Amino acid sequence: MKQALLAPLHLASVRIDLAGRELIPPLTLDVEPGECATIMGPSGCGKSTLLAFISGTIDPVFRATGRVTIGARDITVLPPEHRHIGIQFQDDLLFPHLSVGDNLAFALPARVRGRSQRRARIEQALAEADLSGFADRDPATLSGGQRARVALMRTLLSEPHVLLLDEPFNKLDAQLRHDFRRFVFEHAADRGLPTLLVTHDATDAQAAGGRVIGLARP
Amino acid sequence: MSMVRRPGVLRLAPALTVGILLLPIAAGLVGTLLPAFGYLPAIGGRTFNLDGWRRLADYPGFGTSVAITIGTGVLTSALAVILAFGCCASLHDRPWMRRLGAWVAPILSTPHSAIALGLAFLLAPSGWIARALSPWLTGWILPPDVATVGDPAGVALVLGLLLKEVPYLILMIVGALNQVQARAHLAIARALGYGPAEAWLKAILPQIYPQIRLPIYAVIAFSLSVVDVALILGPSNPPPLAVLAVRWFSDADIQFYFPAAAAAILLLLLVIGIIAAWRGFERCAMLVGRRWIARGGRGGIATTAATMATLLFGVTFALSVLAIAGMAVWSVADQWRFPDALPQAWSLANWMRRFDGLAGPAWVTVVVGALATGVALCLVLACLENESRGHRRPGAAALWILYVPLLVPQVAFLFGAQVLLVRMNLDGTLAAVVWAHLIFVLPYLFLSLADPWRAFDPRYAQTAASLGASRMRVFFAVKLPILLRPVLIAGAVAFAVSVGQYLATVFAGNGRVATLTTEAVTLAAGADRRVIGAYAVAQTLFPLIAYVGAVLLPALLFAHRRGLRGHQ
Repeated sequence: MKQALLAPLHLASVRIDLAGRELIPPLTLDVEPGECATIMGPSGCGKSTLLAFISGTIDPVFRATGRVTIGARDITVLPPEHRHIGIQFQDDLLFPHLSVGDNLAFALPARVRGRSQRRARIEQALAEADLSGFADRDPATLSGGQRARVALMRTLLSEPHVLLLDEPFNKLDAQLRHDFRRFVFEHAADRGLPTLLVTHDATDAQAAGGRVIGLARP
Repeated sequence: MSMVRRPGVLRLAPALTVGILLLPIAAGLVGTLLPAFGYLPAIGGRTFNLDGWRRLADYPGFGTSVAITIGTGVLTSALAVILAFGCCASLHDRPWMRRLGAWVAPILSTPHSAIALGLAFLLAPSGWIARALSPWLTGWILPPDVATVGDPAGVALVLGLLLKEVPYLILMIVGALNQVQARAHLAIARALGYGPAEAWLKAILPQIYPQIRLPIYAVIAFSLSVVDVALILGPSNPPPLAVLAVRWFSDADIQFYFPAAAAAILLLLLVIGIIAAWRGFERCAMLVGRRWIARGGRGGIATTAATMATLLFGVTFALSVLAIAGMAVWSVADQWRFPDALPQAWSLANWMRRFDGLAGPAWVTVVVGALATGVALCLVLACLENESRGHRRPGAAALWILYVPLLVPQVAFLFGAQVLLVRMNLDGTLAAVVWAHLIFVLPYLFLSLADPWRAFDPRYAQTAASLGASRMRVFFAVKLPILLRPVLIAGAVAFAVSVGQYLATVFAGNGRVATLTTEAVTLAAGADRRVIGAYAVAQTLFPLIAYVGAVLLPALLFAHRRGLRGHQ
């Protein structure tokens, strides 16, 4: 497995306002490679907006200031596709028009050339997710847990430098939640990714095993 | 209050609506098909034969006419699709894109013929573009002697159609985007390293294509069979098939009915064939597209291509605005010699002089439009209300039925329908024209109202019912007010469709019912540009007033009801 960049994610005085109201007070935070930090807060406190700012997809109605860097690279103004920031939402968001394998191929960098080689990488990723032989399946025919695992493998195949988790365990029932949580954290740690989780669930934060930063309702 | 519910008349609404749409089209098609094979007893055709087809094939420009029809139709459709996709792909992440519908609505509500008349003036050798560049750049003191409008290859015709078809497709795409998780899927694709245009083309377009397939087919059918725009901008000798058919249908020698019917049927076959070919092309594109997506390429030419398409759309958008502006300037020009870019003198005298001439057709236009819209609105509301009362939601077949009037070439059934009207002694009456407009008004009204109506939260109706309101009261006191804005906007769309009808008015009115559109197209041939300008402006104005009214009225009525905006 190719090692990621192994550089820390650094937020410097990131502050987000909505219509003149402070949503996120100035936040400075370092997440080391292999660490999983958690931002906890009630719904509506702007956790997801913070992740949207880091990944570059923040809605222009918000006013955000501060810098985001990965190692020495300042990515604050880069378009989302150049940031190498993988993000996992509570919906798996598999593309319904593509097979499971093509969803993964969508993420796999184009420099992996040749159909057989790409296919091999995809099969390998599916095997890691315990889904060998699922490449030609329609995502709609998979169970919730299977879909969640495919979605994570899709994110990881794009070789991100940072992993953002936007309440990805929310829609899963207790047992699945436990299993998938472990799956995610193991893979993130395995690749040495700086990982930032937002959640309102204390057990998620505990499972992440890193620092916990609390956000209040503004 | 009775507890027993009578079997409502509402249940009849879907059948009635389908009947109004399909029966005249079916009867009209038969009425065109029979004369195409020599059978029309009223004018002596009592045996089946191929004379009509023979005369069509013997027409000196027959091959060229078919080639122009296919060439302009296919080119227009392909360009419209490319520009619309490219534009949405590169503009989807702009905040104002969400309001794009409001931007293109005025262009969409302007009749095709008004835009075509304006474009004719822009492109003409003595037109606005030539004037703007003369004499300082071109050295022309007199208009050059070249054919820029009505060129034999149909370039002006393609351009004229694009001005309207691209905004139409964009509006359909924006509507379809609401049905998928576009924002979230785009965010994922961007996080996986795709640029905005690529992300849209690879992750969103394949999801929404099934929903814009029928609108695309409608564009193909329209581009192949359009008459009014072709009369204004298209080549005339030989003309496209649809124009040829209309020309022969209206020939003083009624024996021309037979080749005219044959030409109309041939056009129908062409439309069917080209839509089938497009369907095949879709399948190939899907296979190639799968490979393209699975290769995982980032930063390809997609972004550049989409930007180019957007620029081209910008040009067509500017041309449509200039086209209408040019007509407005002509309508108040006193003296405007070539090569001046603006009139030497302005005056309202033209409007004063034309007032009497305009008033009659304007009145007919409004009355026909209001009646057709009113009837269509009642039918559509009845259908939708029937549907929401739980009598099963119509499936895909219903959608195809709605699209039939937009897919079948108008000449192919309007002629037969006219024969029918003559037999019932109804031809040339206002009722006949309203009825013919209804065929085209109904689908658009239904399509624009169905989505907001179905999105209505049923718990409002349940709450009202639990408070003791009858279903009638729920409908009039709860649903209609909450959905007033979409209802009025759908009405404005319907009215605009009616104002723009050319062929339906000419055939059902048997040439005796004059609307602004029929007059404007007739004048196009050679009248004073001041007169054409006044008609084109009037044509533009009425739908625009309806649209502005539809937006303003609910805003005024519910100015202090912020909660309503979520529904609208």
